[in-house]
Amino acid sequence: MSAPESAAQRRFLGARQTGRQSYLHRLDWWLLAAALILSVGSSVFVWSASRSDLAGDDPQYFLNRHLVNIAIALILAFIVSRLDYRLLRAYAPIFYALAIIGILLVYTPLGATIAGARAWIQLPGGFTIQPSEFAKVAIILILAVVLAEKRDAEAEPRDRDVALALGLAAIPIGLVLLQNDTGTVFIMCTIVVTMVAVSGARTRWVTGLLVGGITAAVVAWQLGFVKDYQIARLTSFVNPEEVASTAAYNANQARIAIGGGGLWGRGLFEGPQTQGNFVPVNESDFIFTVIGEEAGFVGAAITILLLSILLWRGMRIALGATELYGRLVASGVVAWLAFQSFENIGMNLGIMPITGVPLPFVSYGGTSMFASWIALGLLENVRIHQQQS
Amino acid sequence: MSDRSAMSDRSHLRLVVLGVLIVSLVATLSARLFYLQLVVGDEYAAQAASNTTREVVTPAVRGLILDQRGRPLVANRTSLVVSVDSAVLAREDDDGDAVLGRLAEALGVARSTIEQKLMPCGSEGAPPLPVCWDGSPYQPVPVAKDVDTETALTIMERRADFPGVTAQLEAVREYPGPFDANLAHVLGYVGPVTQEKIDAQGGSTDPARLRARDLVGRNGLEAQYDGELRGIPGITTLAVDQVGRVTGTVAESEAVAGNFVVTTVDAHLQSVVEAAIADSVERAREAGEIADTGAAVVIDVSNGAVLAMASYPTYDPQLWVGGISTRDYERLLADRALSSTVTQGTYAPGSTFKAVTTVAAAREGYDLNGTYPCPADYQVGSQLFRNFESSGFGPITLARALEVSCNTVFYRIADEIWLKGGGLFAPVGAPDPIAETAASFRLGEQTGIDLPNEAAGLVSGRDEKLLVWEQRRETWCADAKEGFSDLRKENLTLALYYTALAKENCLDGFRWRNGDAINASIGQGDTSITPLQLAMTYAAIANGGTVYQPQVAKAVLSSRGEVVQEFSAVVRSTVAAPEGTFDFLRTALATVTTEGTGRVPFEGFPLDQIPIASKTGSAQVFSDNSTTAWFASFAPADDPKYAVVMMVTRGGTGSVTVGPAVRTIYDAIFGVVDGVVIPEQSVFIGGAPSQTLPMVRPDGTPVVPDGPLAQRPTSVSSTIRGPSP
Repeated sequence: MSAPESAAQRRFLGARQTGRQSYLHRLDWWLLAAALILSVGSSVFVWSASRSDLAGDDPQYFLNRHLVNIAIALILAFIVSRLDYRLLRAYAPIFYALAIIGILLVYTPLGATIAGARAWIQLPGGFTIQPSEFAKVAIILILAVVLAEKRDAEAEPRDRDVALALGLAAIPIGLVLLQNDTGTVFIMCTIVVTMVAVSGARTRWVTGLLVGGITAAVVAWQLGFVKDYQIARLTSFVNPEEVASTAAYNANQARIAIGGGGLWGRGLFEGPQTQGNFVPVNESDFIFTVIGEEAGFVGAAITILLLSILLWRGMRIALGATELYGRLVASGVVAWLAFQSFENIGMNLGIMPITGVPLPFVSYGGTSMFASWIALGLLENVRIHQQQS
Repeated sequence: MSDRSAMSDRSHLRLVVLGVLIVSLVATLSARLFYLQLVVGDEYAAQAASNTTREVVTPAVRGLILDQRGRPLVANRTSLVVSVDSAVLAREDDDGDAVLGRLAEALGVARSTIEQKLMPCGSEGAPPLPVCWDGSPYQPVPVAKDVDTETALTIMERRADFPGVTAQLEAVREYPGPFDANLAHVLGYVGPVTQEKIDAQGGSTDPARLRARDLVGRNGLEAQYDGELRGIPGITTLAVDQVGRVTGTVAESEAVAGNFVVTTVDAHLQSVVEAAIADSVERAREAGEIADTGAAVVIDVSNGAVLAMASYPTYDPQLWVGGISTRDYERLLADRALSSTVTQGTYAPGSTFKAVTTVAAAREGYDLNGTYPCPADYQVGSQLFRNFESSGFGPITLARALEVSCNTVFYRIADEIWLKGGGLFAPVGAPDPIAETAASFRLGEQTGIDLPNEAAGLVSGRDEKLLVWEQRRETWCADAKEGFSDLRKENLTLALYYTALAKENCLDGFRWRNGDAINASIGQGDTSITPLQLAMTYAAIANGGTVYQPQVAKAVLSSRGEVVQEFSAVVRSTVAAPEGTFDFLRTALATVTTEGTGRVPFEGFPLDQIPIASKTGSAQVFSDNSTTAWFASFAPADDPKYAVVMMVTRGGTGSVTVGPAVRTIYDAIFGVVDGVVIPEQSVFIGGAPSQTLPMVRPDGTPVVPDGPLAQRPTSVSSTIRGPSP
């Protein structure tokens, strides 16, 4: 996915006759504005959180990289939004295969383990990418293709299609599970359940998936599949005062940071928890604590509001989609962004288990930023398509 | 819109369900955010503050206490103190049993000594207060002071053998004892601050606030002026990150050394007074008296300044340094050495009170130069009141009555005043001139001296008797009803007598009888006063009726010598009396010394140059059939400067027991050697109390006048060099 300038794509972009004026006209500006404010606005908090991380070195190192990431992500979103619908459908299996290969690469010497999860690929020049982020995109695209297949004749997907979709989704999810990245598995599962539900599949599929998912989680727990550190991370939010484990420490420090922010916050660069690095990875997974501490309730509420606007526009696109394929893509993206935002902010606020998922559009980290904007590009694509028809 | 129909309603419905789910998730996050930041936010803000800063406290040097010439009475030195952290001991398998054993051995003390100091006050089997630990339970308890370097090194090097035990240099109080003056009851002592006191401060962030491990004054001047003496510790607030690495200095404040308290006490005079009271006690004991306690005080009559003040027995204030041991404490308690007899003991003043009765008589219109009969006894109803110290003298002047301490003259006066005031059936609020005069001398209430825990005493009188009756009536009536049945079998007569007494008290114990009035006139009955109160009374008679508030502190200086506060004389009241009353008393009391009961001790004293006004007293204590020996005086009688009061309980007569000791005090004040006045020999430099404040050098050392400045033998640890306290 990191090489968008393929010959085929370039040809297609050139071939499009739609005028620039009409493209801009068809864009969902609310959606774009909300995402843009989130990403650009987040950079000051990334700066604040990371200033002291490279003491003696360049204090703006993370800020600069964050801004570069946003720029690249905007270009990716632009390209994705302008890709032809049919091409998107046609190349879905290729994206899917690339995502599987990416995940498998993690097990080669290129792979790196960060925060207990072997989910990264180490690239030359200190860059790392997280293939599972792109796998979310691949799952959405392949499921949309499978579940929207042959829809002209029947009112709902055949059981065979649903089974195929689940089988295709199970491969990347299983691989990510093997990487101990439970957070991403959770997000992927919500995407799958949502898409199956929205596809109009029979209710037994939906209930079966929900019951099966919950049962699987419980069984995994009981059989000890979940390693101790995972349990510690998951349960620390229940007993946060017990600072024995690192996870509990994280949860506690995060709540102290946010709680101490008050209404207006401590001011940029003035948050004692942030500046003292009490909250770990506060430029990425715990970026919300920085916003909460330094910009207070006002800043944190605006962040939630912007995410809500984004989801509201995504929801409108899904509801307004003229064909099932577009609706499925849009609802998959909405579920992804909604549940990942909830999981991330929830763990910052101490009401969700601590799993290493970033906050879309906000957290520092190239892969997450690219994936978020690609997701946005998909939403815009569906919207443009629905207005064309 | 061709695909539109293809999409089932089910799909649409499920999307709406997704939308509702998302709305509820957003609502959940918003509510949680609101709760965390706006409802319980303050709590987290406080946690964040304590999370990120650490305070490093540099203790302030406690201020010195100086005598009026700048001689240090209390100073500081460093001492190696061994402390035990009970919390660490409790984590040992045997609750620290083995550690305590090893520690006791290393320190060369009994292990019970250590154990007792570790016990929190109020816990089972804990020793009484000063021994048991009433400091913060989270702090190590000091168990030994002045430990030698070798022992300290042993403890610090064998960490494994001594978990929870530390040895470190700490600043402790030192008592240089100029002229060997002890002054224990005036100086007081310091001890660890109690947890209650720390808690009482709430969440104070004042840098001068009390912290666990702080030492505070627990008695005497140390307690009274604790706020001045304590100083402000230096606080360095360091910013730290999550692993405790110091990331910077948030705030820094220098320690401010405690202020110096300059007292009115003259150390040289004090040492003389201490020797004199010890001498009185000695003399009484040689004469077969018990003489268990004593007191002496010298007051500047012109302002109420306490020039010397001593209680007997006393103790070595050094015993409190680093915590007192049970044995020492129990010994001091048994000896009654802990309380100040001067300010906390109350006793019947006996004949010394006649000076007050004389003022009352003058106020009632009695002719001070008139003649009054002095029979051997005075009959009131069926009771016969005798002269104690004299037989009958026939008709004599009032001055002569004071001179020979004739009781019957005062009995008659008191009886007449009582009758005039309404007698037995006087209404509530009827005049009671003797009690009123005593009240105008401010007897029966605290003098307001700047020392803690002062006693108020009691003045016997009409109102006082009613008050006592109201308090005790129920007991009396119950006793009268019950009739002392226990006693009946053993001693019927006594039981019947007690029953009759209880019945009388129950029925009309509130009545102020003439017998009561007669007793009160000579300082007997319920009247009880502190030696300090009597000294202030005689000082007031000497200066013409001005009752001053006694004051021990003269000024507060900063550690660099600037005057922070200077205490001026406080007038509590002025005793109203007819013109010439106090002149009469000054003359009459001077003749007590030349011709009366005070004559013998002052034989050979140059009274022609320095006339001394005095009054002896031998107050009867009915409970143990003993007498309290009093000697109240002031001098020079014609131009009074000093009032000296001394007393010994169960000590015989004032003239024999106490008089000679008071004389040695006057010898020292006026520089009398072998009956000759040599002003240069006065204990006061320049012959009078200092009118100026002592100088303190910028480095914090006081300028001390030349002359003997006796140092106590230095202890081992004072030779150890360490960081200055």
